[in-house]
Amino acid sequence: MSISAELVSSYLKSRARWSPLEIAFWIFAFATIFLFPSKYLIMKDTAILALFALSLDLILGYAGIISLGQAAFYGFAGYFAGLIAKYGFVTEPILGLILSGIAAAALGFVTSFLVLRGSDLTRLMVTLGVSLMLGEVANRYSDITGGADGLQGVDIEPIFGRFRFDLYGHNGYVYCLIVLFVCFVIARRIVYSPFGLSLRSLKGNSLRASAIGIPVKWRLVAIYTISAGFAGIAGGLLTQTTAFCSLDVFSLERSADLLLVLIIGGTGYLYGGLIGAVIYKFLQDWISNLTPQYWQFWIGLVLVVIVLIGRDRMQGWIEGGRAYLGNLASQLLPRSAALRGTAPDGRAEP
Amino acid sequence: MPILETKGLEKRFGGITAARDVNLSVEKGARHALIGPNGAGKTTVINLLTGVLKPTAGRIILDDHDITDVVPHKRVRRGMARTFQINQLFLDLTPLESVGLVVSERLGSGGDWWRVVGTKSAVTDEIVEIMERFKLVDIMHERTAILPYGKQRLLEIALAFACRPRVLLLDEPAAGVPEAERHELLATIEALPEEVTVLLIEHDMDLVFSFADRISVLVNGSLFVDGKPEDVARDPRVKAVYLGEELEA
Repeated sequence: MSISAELVSSYLKSRARWSPLEIAFWIFAFATIFLFPSKYLIMKDTAILALFALSLDLILGYAGIISLGQAAFYGFAGYFAGLIAKYGFVTEPILGLILSGIAAAALGFVTSFLVLRGSDLTRLMVTLGVSLMLGEVANRYSDITGGADGLQGVDIEPIFGRFRFDLYGHNGYVYCLIVLFVCFVIARRIVYSPFGLSLRSLKGNSLRASAIGIPVKWRLVAIYTISAGFAGIAGGLLTQTTAFCSLDVFSLERSADLLLVLIIGGTGYLYGGLIGAVIYKFLQDWISNLTPQYWQFWIGLVLVVIVLIGRDRMQGWIEGGRAYLGNLASQLLPRSAALRGTAPDGRAEP
Repeated sequence: MPILETKGLEKRFGGITAARDVNLSVEKGARHALIGPNGAGKTTVINLLTGVLKPTAGRIILDDHDITDVVPHKRVRRGMARTFQINQLFLDLTPLESVGLVVSERLGSGGDWWRVVGTKSAVTDEIVEIMERFKLVDIMHERTAILPYGKQRLLEIALAFACRPRVLLLDEPAAGVPEAERHELLATIEALPEEVTVLLIEHDMDLVFSFADRISVLVNGSLFVDGKPEDVARDPRVKAVYLGEELEA
C-alpha cells in the first residue's frame, strides 16, 4: 500500500480544520450580544473567566503543567493595566491590553524557571507561592496600588475613541468577547502547530520527547510564557472594563476557581475553559439567587458529582448524542452528507 | 574508523558499579551487537551513551567530538538516536503525528507555532518515506495506544530512524514481539540503510548472530569479549557465562 504526500498532509491538517460545531459555537457566542441584553455584566465576567481558563488549559491540558498560581499573572497584569492608565502612560485600551499581556508574559518567563523544576506537587506550591508573594507586594506598596481599598481612578479612553465602557456593560462585553475570540484563534493555531504537537508529545512522554531531539525544557518555558500572557490579557480586561483593580485578583480562590472551571469543562481541547466558564458562572448566578448564603454548597455538590460520574462517561453521552444528531442530519440532508463524506478524519473532536 | 567510542566509561550508583572501564568502539556502518546476561549493565551503557545518565568517569566520543557533557536532545541533533527496550511511544498521538513530529523537529520547524502541522512538503515527503519503510501506512491514522504490539515496536524504531541518526541504538527491538509479527520486524531491521551504524542490544542470540558483524559481550559492567561473531561464539568464557546463566535459570 502506498500513499502520497498530499494525503499525509491532508490527514495531518484534518485535525486543525474548523468543525461545524465550532463554527456554531462562535456564532452563538456572538449572537448573545443581541439575545441577552440584560445579562451583559455576567456575560462579560464569563468571557474574562473563559479567557483566563483558556490560559490554564494551554499549560495543563497541552503540556501537563498543573498550576495554582495563574492568578499571579492575572493580578499582575490587572494592576499593570490599571497603573499605566491611572498615571497616564497608556490610556488607549487596546495598546494597554497588549502591554499588559506582554508584562504578564515577561513575568511568566522569569518565573517559569522556578516552576518547571520538580514534580506536580512542587509546581502547585511554587505557583501558589509566587501569586501569594505578588499579592503581598501589592498590599505593601499601597501608596501606588491603593492597597486594600483597591486601585481607583483608572481612566480608560473609549475604544477607537468612540466606544466608552458604559454602565450597562454592552461595549465592555463586546470588547471582551472579541478579545476572547482573537486569543482563542491564536491558541488554536498554537496547539495545531508543530510546536503544539511537540507539547502534546512531551506531556505524554517527556523521556521519549527528549530522545527524539525535542528541547523539552525550552518548550515548557515557551508555553508557560504564552499562557502567562493570556492570563495577563484576561486580568487587563477585568481592570479596563471595571476601571478598578483590587487585591482579590491575586487570591487563591481565583486560581482554584480556574481549576474548577476546567474540571467542569475538561482540558486539552480548548473549549473546556470556555464551556466550563459558562456553566460555572451561570450556575453560580442561578444558585446564588436561590440561596445567596449557601451557593458554594451547590457548586461543591456539582463538583463532587462530576468527579464521581467521571467526565469520560459524560463525554460518551455527548458523543452519543452528537452521533445521533449526525445520523438524523444525514437522513434529512442526504446530499450535504455525501459532500462531507470525503473528509479523511471521520472522528469527532474529543 | 570508529564513529562512536567510549573511553574508560564508568558509572557507580552509590556502592554499586554498573559500568566499569568500558572501552567500546563502534565502526562506521557497522552492525554491532552488545550482549550480556541480565543485569550486565547493557541498559546502563545505553543510558550513558544517550545522556540519560551522567558517567562517573570516562568520555564518550561521537564522530570525533566529545559529547560526554552534551544534553540528550542535542545528542540526537549530533546524529545519535535510540529506541527503548520498553516502548516509549506517544500513546495519544497517531503514528502519523508521531513521525510528523520527529520530522518537523529535525527539519527545524519544531518551534514553529503558527503554521498548521503538515503544510511543509519537505516534511510530508519524508513522512511518506518513513511510513512505507516501517510498514505503518495502513495503521497510520489509528491511536498509537490501540496498535498491535508488533506495529508499536516498528513505530518505536521508526521514531528513532526519523531522527536520521548516523548511529542508531536499538535496545532489544524484538523483545516480546509475538512470532507472527516477528518476521516483519526483523526484515525491517535487516533493511536499514547501510550508511546507518547500528548498535544492537539484544538477548535473542538468533537475531544477534544473523545480524551482527561484530559483537561485544558485557558482564558485570565490564567489556568481557569483543570480536567477530564466529570468534565470540567459539570463546569458552562467553559459553561459560551464558551456560552459567542458563543453569541458574
